[in-house]
Amino acid sequence: MYTVGIDVGSAAIKIVAFDGNDYKYTIEPTGWSPKSKGAEVYSRFLSDNKISSGHIKKVVATGYGGRRLDFIDEYKSEITCHGRGCHVLDPSIKGVIDIGGQDSKAMLLNGSGKVLDFTLNDKCAAGTGRFLQVTVNALGLDMDQIDALANNSKPLEIDNMCAVFAETEVLNLIVQGAKQGDILAGLLKSIALRIGSLAGKVDIEGEVAFCGGVAQSKVLTQMVEQYCNLKINKLENPQITGALGAAVIGF
Amino acid sequence: MRAKTMEYFDSLIAESAVKIKEEKEKGKKVMGYYCVFSPVELIEASGAFSVGLCATKQEPIAAAEKHLPRNLCPLIKSSYGFAITDKCPYFFFADAVMAETTCDGKKKMYELMADIKPMVVLDIPNSSVYEKRKQHWMDEIYRAKDFIKGQLGLDITEDKLKEKIKEHNEERKLLMELVALNKSNPTPISGSDLLKVLWGRQFKADREEYISKVKDLMEELQDIIANTDKVKGPRILVTGSPTGVGQEKVINAIEELGGQVVLQEACSGVKGLVDLVDEDKNPYEALAEKYMDIPCSCTSPNTRRFDLTNKLVEEYNIDGIVDITLQACHTYNIESYQLKKAVNAPFTQIETDYSQSDVEQIKLRISSLFELIEG
Ligand code: SF4
Ligand code: SF4
Repeated sequence: MYTVGIDVGSAAIKIVAFDGNDYKYTIEPTGWSPKSKGAEVYSRFLSDNKISSGHIKKVVATGYGGRRLDFIDEYKSEITCHGRGCHVLDPSIKGVIDIGGQDSKAMLLNGSGKVLDFTLNDKCAAGTGRFLQVTVNALGLDMDQIDALANNSKPLEIDNMCAVFAETEVLNLIVQGAKQGDILAGLLKSIALRIGSLAGKVDIEGEVAFCGGVAQSKVLTQMVEQYCNLKINKLENPQITGALGAAVIGF
Repeated sequence: MRAKTMEYFDSLIAESAVKIKEEKEKGKKVMGYYCVFSPVELIEASGAFSVGLCATKQEPIAAAEKHLPRNLCPLIKSSYGFAITDKCPYFFFADAVMAETTCDGKKKMYELMADIKPMVVLDIPNSSVYEKRKQHWMDEIYRAKDFIKGQLGLDITEDKLKEKIKEHNEERKLLMELVALNKSNPTPISGSDLLKVLWGRQFKADREEYISKVKDLMEELQDIIANTDKVKGPRILVTGSPTGVGQEKVINAIEELGGQVVLQEACSGVKGLVDLVDEDKNPYEALAEKYMDIPCSCTSPNTRRFDLTNKLVEEYNIDGIVDITLQACHTYNIESYQLKKAVNAPFTQIETDYSQSDVEQIKLRISSLFELIEG
């Protein structure tokens, strides 16, 4: 028997099937219609893995689009699901940091992966994946070039709280002749500091998991460790923690 | 089930505007006010109408931003926007406005507003431990009395003031009895309906009618309590910046997700109702005492708010707290950190404004809080 977790985010749909021990998963872009894309990815996932609906105990959804799916049994918030998913992948972690497209989150966990406290960024794009996207675009770069360029660079001071103004700040730095790598490193540093203050609000210390697409950046990961006094435990599959958590909760 | 008497409260604000217009045409004076610090007893003792002024809608904010910074609390921008666009009938009919130096944003905005209407701005001492604060606040109430005489030509006698104090005390007691009905589980009245009743209080043209409707409502709620046994979702207390009719989005989100908004600690809730005015004292002194002690974040330190919140959490069997911070409200925003440490209930802060753009984000915060409560 399986439980299925489905995390419909603004960028990607993640689906995990959990049998009490092991899990299978898929990740696909969300596209324009989370609802129909969710249903489509779900049925393809089941047939690819030869899981018949009779073998499914429960489907638990999470993520912004998850609530809209009509084939689910339950909905749980991303906070709860990421917390649990990260704990399953690494039971030694004390907290989770997640940089999502629209929200950055920090969660404090107890020994069994339950959320004790959480916080999210305020109504502003600073410190979110969106912030990085906008500013990286202003540099004329792509997200996958970040690490190569920012590595071994000297972070410049970028201190705008606002994505729109930070973009302007970046353009000013370009005009002044600053190096792309140093600007990028500065952006990553400003995100790291923001994450650090979120984590501080809920008293997270020690070993944490870092998830969300942006977490794939090695430079950012190093900076979070360096500036925020946190130790990041690398997860084998940081993108699916929400879906995995949902599946485990449903089991 | 929703009480039928709510229909009266649904249309109360709109209908009161018409009544106040009629009274005004007959020669009655009208004085507007904004905040729970306003000693409305004083206004009413002069024979003028006291009326709350609109401040909780998104609509006039764009107009306000012509003069005010964008990065300012929406409550302040909305108040000012209503004032300059003539879209709040109450502001339009007001002969004068009573205001007070609450936060910095408000007091500077009132300087601009003073060009539009005659205003008396009462000076609230910021310090809650200043020894002369009661004397100071009493002097301010006397100053307001002189203003009412000079501006509206209305006299206030001590007897009349005592009478109004009594009336308001009765009303406060009654409203607290109404709120106390929500000690039952499930709550017989939703948070948004309760807000409507309490908020309507400052706009009503006819006190007796309002009071008798509140009593009718309470009777109906007793019936609802007797006839429902199903236990509903988590019991939530809402606190923070004022939440008025027109921007109930956080309350609505809590209720949509299955929570029960049991009551609000905020100004739009019980903050101004929990303490009565001493009827045996000199009325000016008694008013000063009561209004001075309102646990607003504009005073420092504001430990009374923590005590009140804890007391309500206990009395009303609260499972979780939602603290609403309006964007750019520094006092409530900073205090949120202290409040979270001071209360022992699951807690989440929601920073927001009057727009609808963040409803999904708000839901994420609230459903996470509910899941934390469930454990
Ligand atoms: S415009 Fe600036 S302040 Fe506003 S949300 Fe975007 S980044 Fe934040
Ligand atoms: S919500 Fe805060 S900033 Fe706005 S008027 Fe009230 S105290 Fe001032």
